[in-house]
Amino acid sequence: MSLIVLRDLVKIYRLGEMEVHALRGVSLKIEAGEFVAIMGASGSGKSTLMNILGCLDVPTSGTYTLEGTDVSTLGENRLAEIRSSKIGFVFQNFNLIPRTTALENVQLPLFYKEIPSRDQKAMALQALERVGLADRQRHHPAQLSGGQQQRVAIARALVTNPSIILADEPTGNLDSQASREIMDTLTQLNREGITIILITHEADIAGYARRTIMMKDGVILSDRDAGGVAVGRLVPQETRA
Amino acid sequence: MNFLLMTVLVAFRVLGRHRMRSALTMLGIIIGVGAVIAMVSIGEGAKAAVQAQIASFGTNVIIILPGAMTVSGVRTGHGGAVTLTVADIEELKKIPGVTEIGWARRDAMQVVHERKNWFTTINGVTPGYLTIRGWSIVSGDFFTQTEMDKAAKVALLGNSVFKNLFEPGEDPVGATIRIKNIPFKVVGVLDAKGYDTRGADQDDVVFIPFTTAERKIMGTKFLGSIGAGFLSAESPEQMSQIVEEVKRILRQRHKLRPTQEDDFTVRNQIDIAKVQEGTSESMTLLLLAVASISLLVGGIGIMNILLVSVTERTREIGIRMAVGAKRRHILLQFLVEAVVLSAMGGLIGVGLGVGGAKTASNLAGWPTIISGDILLIAFGFSALVGVFFGLYPANKASRLNPIEALRYE
Repeated sequence: MSLIVLRDLVKIYRLGEMEVHALRGVSLKIEAGEFVAIMGASGSGKSTLMNILGCLDVPTSGTYTLEGTDVSTLGENRLAEIRSSKIGFVFQNFNLIPRTTALENVQLPLFYKEIPSRDQKAMALQALERVGLADRQRHHPAQLSGGQQQRVAIARALVTNPSIILADEPTGNLDSQASREIMDTLTQLNREGITIILITHEADIAGYARRTIMMKDGVILSDRDAGGVAVGRLVPQETRA
Repeated sequence: MNFLLMTVLVAFRVLGRHRMRSALTMLGIIIGVGAVIAMVSIGEGAKAAVQAQIASFGTNVIIILPGAMTVSGVRTGHGGAVTLTVADIEELKKIPGVTEIGWARRDAMQVVHERKNWFTTINGVTPGYLTIRGWSIVSGDFFTQTEMDKAAKVALLGNSVFKNLFEPGEDPVGATIRIKNIPFKVVGVLDAKGYDTRGADQDDVVFIPFTTAERKIMGTKFLGSIGAGFLSAESPEQMSQIVEEVKRILRQRHKLRPTQEDDFTVRNQIDIAKVQEGTSESMTLLLLAVASISLLVGGIGIMNILLVSVTERTREIGIRMAVGAKRRHILLQFLVEAVVLSAMGGLIGVGLGVGGAKTASNLAGWPTIISGDILLIAFGFSALVGVFFGLYPANKASRLNPIEALRYE
């Protein structure tokens, strides 16, 4: 069973009288443990796809099956539950809650899973350890560098043991040194078995992924593995340097 | 419940980040609740003091005053007529429900004891009068019916008169005082009653037997005419019925034609109490109005600041939704913030109100009564205000679209 199966996904936004076709029939499969980059210029529909994959939005038509469950028709509460148990988000601008410690930021998803507060702390600390920031647990976002903030955000995405981490331009606000660190962290997490879907428009960042999907005008332009082979006959392959 | 508790903790932390803003937001509720509690406490204290004053006049007392009289077109005030007599009052004893009767005549005169003297009210009364008015004695004894019958020159001193004519600790019983240069033997000193409802000192008085006053001190134009008659009723329920009966009997005895107005006035304490109750009721309504308005204004303040907060924290709400918050979680969070604000305001208001009432009673000497009920009601109401005015902003926050909220700058 594939982790993610999308069939003929269509998303139409209405802006007043105008209809915007953000997705015009997207079909794809992603297996558990993959590291996929979705690329495309702005307006290509990659953000819309990301929102749907992240259960923040539902498609206008088509189906989205996540771990065997059709989530394209679920209500808001069920979508929130799926977000809190199966999906972790990493955003371009980190999106940490200001004036709140790193530890508390990481605890946040557990709070909404209504996990007892004592367990919350231990789990959050463990997640911070995984990204190497256990010593910064009491720091506020403003006291951390961009790279450190993004690693806190990754810890927050990790803390619920999700099936997928969705990273939307995770290095967009970082210098090349920090970018490399973040991508190494994500690569490491992928090695540990977490599926990672990366949205980016930078080719060198997409290069960390083992599969790259190019989008344009709401459709998939190409879908290739790191060796340039069209996906469908995907062969196991070591990550490139 | 665990989640609710954590939400409350989060709300305290969020509000603590904007201390000044939170304090100003609470101010409306603080002032409203504080003012109401202070005013109600002082009002209750005043009410109790007035009731004590009314009670100090005696219980279930009916007073009959001689009416005004017209002489050549000039009308006298109450008591101008001399037509109310001892015989009238004695007749009223026959009305069922009347337990005691008494009458009195008074005049202001100089009283002398050795080298001290004092201008006071000399009240010629019957033993029944002293019973009806509920006077009690601290030393000596009341004068008796026998002393009354033989117009004995005996006197009972009110507490204020005693203080002005004698040294502290001196025993006046048996001493001689002079009224209009006539010597009177002091037989007793009365317990203090304090001020009456009009603010007059009830203890600035000397009581002598009515007969002595009539025959030896004041004289009379018309034998047996009195300054005022007093009846006491068995129970408050009988008062109005007795009053009607008194009017009927007196009109008949005074041979008044149906077209003529009463030549006497009947008053009872229930009327006085009713006026007082009416005053305190309108006072309570006024307080309620003030309280509602200030709580309303305070509530609007909370709503306003929460709306600002929702806008400021749009992105935070988006983040919370992205990591799994359901709409009800967001709703609850903002609602709890509103209730924490209003309940804390209420609590501080209760504290300030109690403090204010205590200070007022200490500084101005006003009696205050702080009832636990009003504290609970005021606090409960302020918390409810939070729920009511928090609902709209909280609902607005919970209805944000997570994608748009995440993009909000």
